[in-house]
Amino acid sequence: MELKEKLVSSFLAFENKGGLDLDSNVHSIRSKAIQNFEKEGFPTKKDEEWKYTSLKSLLKKDLGLFPSTDKTIGFKDIKEYLINDIESYTLIFIDGVFNSFLSDTTHDDCDVCVLSSALTRPKYKMIVDNYFNTIAKDNNSMAELNTAFTKEGAFINIPKNTIVQKPIQILNFSTGKEKEVMLQPRNLVVVGENSHVQIIERHQNLSKNTTLTNSVTEIFVHKRAIVDFYKIQDDTKDSSIVDSTFVTQKQQSIASVHTYSFGGKIIRNNLEFYHEGEHITSNLNGISILNDKQHVDNHTLVNHKYPNCESHELYKGIYDDKSTGVFNGKVIVEQEAQKTNAFQQNNNILISDGAEINAKPQLEIFADDVKCSHGCTIGQLDESALFYMQSRGIPKKEAKALLLFAFGNDVVEKIKIPQLKTRITKLIAKNLGVDLGFEL
Amino acid sequence: MLEVKNLHASINDKEILKGINLNIKPGEVHAIMGPNGSGKSTLSAVVAGKEEYEVTDGSVILNGEDLDDLAPEERAHKGIFLSFQYPVEIPGVTVTNFIKTAINESRKAKGLEELPAKDMLKLIREKADLLEIDRKFLSRSLNEGFSGGEKKRNEIFQMAMLEPKLAILDETDSGLDIDALKIVANGVNKLKSKDNAVIVITHYQRLLDYIVPDFVHVLHNGKIVKSGGKELAFELEEKGYDWLK
Repeated sequence: MELKEKLVSSFLAFENKGGLDLDSNVHSIRSKAIQNFEKEGFPTKKDEEWKYTSLKSLLKKDLGLFPSTDKTIGFKDIKEYLINDIESYTLIFIDGVFNSFLSDTTHDDCDVCVLSSALTRPKYKMIVDNYFNTIAKDNNSMAELNTAFTKEGAFINIPKNTIVQKPIQILNFSTGKEKEVMLQPRNLVVVGENSHVQIIERHQNLSKNTTLTNSVTEIFVHKRAIVDFYKIQDDTKDSSIVDSTFVTQKQQSIASVHTYSFGGKIIRNNLEFYHEGEHITSNLNGISILNDKQHVDNHTLVNHKYPNCESHELYKGIYDDKSTGVFNGKVIVEQEAQKTNAFQQNNNILISDGAEINAKPQLEIFADDVKCSHGCTIGQLDESALFYMQSRGIPKKEAKALLLFAFGNDVVEKIKIPQLKTRITKLIAKNLGVDLGFEL
Repeated sequence: MLEVKNLHASINDKEILKGINLNIKPGEVHAIMGPNGSGKSTLSAVVAGKEEYEVTDGSVILNGEDLDDLAPEERAHKGIFLSFQYPVEIPGVTVTNFIKTAINESRKAKGLEELPAKDMLKLIREKADLLEIDRKFLSRSLNEGFSGGEKKRNEIFQMAMLEPKLAILDETDSGLDIDALKIVANGVNKLKSKDNAVIVITHYQRLLDYIVPDFVHVLHNGKIVKSGGKELAFELEEKGYDWLK
């Protein structure tokens, strides 16, 4: 049976024995979503938005849809994937199931807990009704599929005027109890007026088996709120992810999403920002460092709908061996969105002849009093710079790494959590295969 | 110290150096002069080990060791320093971090421990003062947005830090006004000792008023066509190069 049929036919069983006492509203959202998915199916290369990214090889596999969780996983197994040297709230999911023993949740000043409880408890009904699947709906078939099978994920609800002192870490582990699995985590983040929260998200395969993660995150940022969301994608060579992250912002809010793609088989990021007010700032930062036959596809959208807003987008890519990258950055400035400042930059270095990047800046501007710019470069390592550094005694390998480090530096500089910055710097050094004796 | 014997080198199958012979002893300053395209910069690049150039015949010997198989960084570790005519801009790497890395890589190659941060800082300040370099300048990205004079001063600053045995100054005077020229020349003179040697590559005699050579060689069409004392530089300034062709 093909995966699509398997998913559609599993849906009823899932609805019936999901174990969730859902109200009819969520039921109907899910039913509608599976219908949409059935109609649209998985994206193929015929879709313009998926021209350079094929899921075909993954969809041929006999992916398990409801893996059983590995209860033997302990702190020692996951420790290295946590940012350990900071106080934080943690939400740990093992094979799609929440692990309360390893997690550190709260309901004190804010809710840092799980979506399964939000979907079923009357206390959260209003929030779920107001926010759940309001931006993700009718978007793309992968998001529809996730909605249909929504069961578990992070639920973060920050009331107004709350500065969340500790960052929140969301970690999704796959243990490989089954040879090939599909996971569909779903996160809902609501940040009230004047509040501030920092979130770090990571998906990690602990085995050598195949994992396809189809993740959806909806983020709502109210007036003057500040959200920093960091995505660490440093998974194994047999792990793939389709990540759809949707952000809706109210006036004077600042939302930043940082995406670090260092490992995985196929990585597809759909990142979309929608404005609902004036004086909004949206920041999109990304750095991809890939080798082998790894593939990353960053599809971004910033929809400027109101005047006096700004967006800053900076994506950098370093591609070695036969790795491939896609950057598709769409910026829409609607007619009403006068005085918009929208900046987009995408710089790439191809280290080997076999590497490839497809870059497509896409600006659609309907307002006439705006400042919009985009820049895209694709280059190789500067040989004259290498010789210059070598002539000062820096070996070629270190010289290369130093140049690549410097190339990615402005993206790393934007990290606001020092411990995370150190971790990302180390991951970059690891991925470039060097140990640098200093920090940039 | 440095012996260049019958050196032939080409790039993309085009022969640029056609049999160069040079013998440089510790404590000496040699000037290499010549018109554009005579091979001056090629000679310095070949000695520093730039890979694009192929040595087709002859050899470069430093303190008895043939450098032929050595990478540029290995040559640097053995004490060769090339001050670039056009120093490369490296955004994102500060002057301080760059020189720290260079010093520590050199030390590593010699089996030494990394220089403690405190000593490094002291050394950097001392050498920056020697070249009259503003401290603020040290935390800027290497050569990025530097004026011509700043770039050249930064080259000599790095030379001062690395303390090479043989320094090759490739057209260090180009793009310098007279004040910057004096500062750079003064820096070079202070670094000169009986144990190290300097090759000054220049088009004009101007720099040689400040860095006085023991020997002057004229390079033309890939060969040294005339050698002499410092008075040869004055003669060239007066007559040009045509009489030598």
